[in-house]
Amino acid sequence: MRSFQLKLPEFWARGIRVVAISVDSPEINRGHRKKMGFSYTFLSDPKTETIRRYDLLHAGAGPKRTDIARPAEFLIDPTGTVRWVNLTENIGVRARPEQVLQAFDEHIHNTPAR
Amino acid sequence: MNATNQRQRWNLSIWAGFLFVVAGFLSYPFFIQFPATRDVPWVNFVLFAAGLVLLVIGLKRAFGQPATYRGKVFGPILTVLSLLVAGMFGYIVIFELRDLPASSGAPHVGLKAPAFTLTDQDDRPVSLGDLLSSPASTASTEKACAVLLIFYRGFW
Repeated sequence: MRSFQLKLPEFWARGIRVVAISVDSPEINRGHRKKMGFSYTFLSDPKTETIRRYDLLHAGAGPKRTDIARPAEFLIDPTGTVRWVNLTENIGVRARPEQVLQAFDEHIHNTPAR
Repeated sequence: MNATNQRQRWNLSIWAGFLFVVAGFLSYPFFIQFPATRDVPWVNFVLFAAGLVLLVIGLKRAFGQPATYRGKVFGPILTVLSLLVAGMFGYIVIFELRDLPASSGAPHVGLKAPAFTLTDQDDRPVSLGDLLSSPASTASTEKACAVLLIFYRGFW
């Protein structure tokens, strides 16, 4: 999360909106954003409805066996089409910002949506 | 015999090593609270490594200088216990790090991203449509060229 904040100017320069989604409440997101100095959008999905719709539910993996999201990243073009997906096989290994910027340059920037 | 035992020194290295291993195991719930030490519990691995190094030093003393150091009995016992604890920890953590759902139904490249409306950090409802039709940042007035969704485990 921090690595994306550090690279945020590069995302914004390309016109990429960065959005984080988890089961955390808006209140927790507010506090965490402030504490960590994050300036991108944090969305709250406490009932895991969207997380389920994206088939990213990690059942029982949260505190007290609650359901949470597994880590995943999606790059979506202006038509709403998925252009790049990263589903990690190891919680400790996440997408790097550089990877996403490269994916944008390869899959969206060079083939603009009509 | 008693006189010899009294002259033997306590093999502190073995006990310290064992304590490091126990600390590495018991501190897991503490370090899991912080994102930097949660995803890869490297602090725990460092504690285990330090503990095992101390145990090896202690064992070398116990068997290399048995007249000076104690530990020929409790040294191997604590070392075996430590290896079991560290091995179990490593197995669980490494196994659980990879214990992720298959997510075969997640949207593939080329498919439409499923619509959603969620609440942002300021309690405002935000839909995928809103994200796609608004600027990437407040510094811009043009519509975003892309939206990056980062699903993450949360900080609870």
